[in-house]
Amino acid sequence: MQTLTQRLANPTRFMQLSGTLLPIVAGAASVAILYGLYLAFFVSPADYQQGETVRIMYIHVPSAWLAMMAYALVALSSFGLLVFRHPLADVSAKAAVPIGAAFTFLALFTGSLWGKPMWGTYWVWDARLTSVLVLFFLYLGLMALRSSLEDENLAAKLTAVLALVGVTLLPIIKFSVDWWNTLHQPSTGMTSTVDPSMRWPLLVMAIGFSLLFFALHMKAMRNEVLRRRVKALRLADVARRDAVAAE
Amino acid sequence: MTRFWTLVRRDLTLAVREGGAIGTALGFFLLVVALMPLGLGPDLNLLARIASGILWIALLLSALLSLGRIFESDSDDGALEVMATSSLPLELVAAAKATAHWISTGIPLALLAPMLGLLLNLDIAAYPALIATMLAGTPAVSFIGAIGAALTLKARRGGLLLALVVLPLYIPTLIFGISAVSAVTLQTGAFVSSFLILIALSLGSLVLGPLAAAAALRIQMQ
Repeated sequence: MQTLTQRLANPTRFMQLSGTLLPIVAGAASVAILYGLYLAFFVSPADYQQGETVRIMYIHVPSAWLAMMAYALVALSSFGLLVFRHPLADVSAKAAVPIGAAFTFLALFTGSLWGKPMWGTYWVWDARLTSVLVLFFLYLGLMALRSSLEDENLAAKLTAVLALVGVTLLPIIKFSVDWWNTLHQPSTGMTSTVDPSMRWPLLVMAIGFSLLFFALHMKAMRNEVLRRRVKALRLADVARRDAVAAE
Repeated sequence: MTRFWTLVRRDLTLAVREGGAIGTALGFFLLVVALMPLGLGPDLNLLARIASGILWIALLLSALLSLGRIFESDSDDGALEVMATSSLPLELVAAAKATAHWISTGIPLALLAPMLGLLLNLDIAAYPALIATMLAGTPAVSFIGAIGAALTLKARRGGLLLALVVLPLYIPTLIFGISAVSAVTLQTGAFVSSFLILIALSLGSLVLGPLAAAAALRIQMQ
C-alpha cells in the first residue's frame, strides 16, 4: 500500500491530481476571501479604540500566520528532499519560498500602515516586528542562495540545508529578540482577547488566505514541473539534432 | 584527535604565513569603529553609551570578511577533497577549520576591541566584560559562519551572498553580546545571565555548525 506522498512522487500523477484540485481550491479561496472581505468591511464593527483601522487586521493577521506556515512548509519539504529524496520535495520548497516571502512582506507592510495611526510611527522595534523582519531576511537568503547556483540539483540541496539551519535557529532568534525587547520597553499589549464579532471575519479570512496559499503553491509547483519538462525536452531535442548532424 | 589538531595547526600556519587575512580583518575593524564617531558626531557621552553596540557590529562585519577563506582556498586547490577522503569525518574537518578561524580571527579581534573601546570612550570598568564576552561569543561567529562559508562555496557573488545568509543567524549572538557589555556600563546587573546565554549559543553552534557545514560540503563534492 503506497502512501499519498509516495504516489505523488510520480510527477504525471501529481499533475493529474493537482489539475483537478487547483480550480476547486482557487474557487474556494476566492469565495472565502470575498466573503471575508465583505464581513471585514461591512459587517464587523469598528473598534472602540482603534476605529476603522482595525480592519487592516483582517489582512494583516492571516498574512502573518501564512508567513510562518510557509516557512514550516519549506522546512518540511527540505527535510523531505534531504532525507527521503522525494522528487517533488524540491519543487514544493522552491515554489513556497517566494510565496512565503510575499506574505511576510504583506504582514510587515500592513502592520506598518496600521502602526502609523496607532503608534504614531511606521516602524517600531517591537519584538514581534523584529522577528518577522528576520524571517523575511531568511526568505531573501534562501532565494539568493538558490539563484546564485547554476546547477539546479546542487542549488536544491544547499537551499534545503540552509532552510533546516534556519528552522533550528528561528526559535533561538525569536527568544533572543523577545528578551532584547523586554529589556528596553514593556510589551505593547497586542494580545487582548478578540470579540466574536471580529473573530468570525478573521477566521473566514484566515481560511481564505490559507486556501489562496495552497492554490498559489500548487500553481507554482505545476509551473515548476512544466518548466523542468520543457528543459528536458529541449535538451533531448539538442541531443537528437547533434546525432542527426553527426551522421 | 591528533589529526584534528594537526589540521588546526596547518590552517593556523597557513593563516600566519599567508599573512594579509588577519591584518585585513583587524584593519577593517579599526576603520569601521573609526568611521562611527565621524558619522555620529564627537559627543563622548553618546559614544560611551553605544560603544558596546558599535564594537560588536564592527566585530561581526570584520569576521564576516574573513569567513570566505575558511574553505575557499582548500576547495580551489583540491585539498578539501583529500581531507574528505581521509579517515577524519568531514564534520571534524569543518570543526577544525572553524576552530582555526576562531583562533586566527576571533581572538585577535576580541583582543583589539578594548583598544578601540578607548576611541569610543568606553568605561574602563567594562573592559574585562568586553574581552570576556567577545572571547565567549566569537566561537559562535566562526562556527555559524562556517555553515555560510560552506553553503556559498560554489556560488557566484559569494561574498555578498554570505553576508545575506549569515547575518540573520548572528542576531542572538549580537543581542546577548551587547547586552552583557552594556549590563556592566549601565549597571543593570544582567551580566551573568546574558554571558551564560552567550556561552550556550557558542556551545550550541559548536554542534550545529560542523554538522550543517559538512552536509553542505558533502553535497558539493558529490
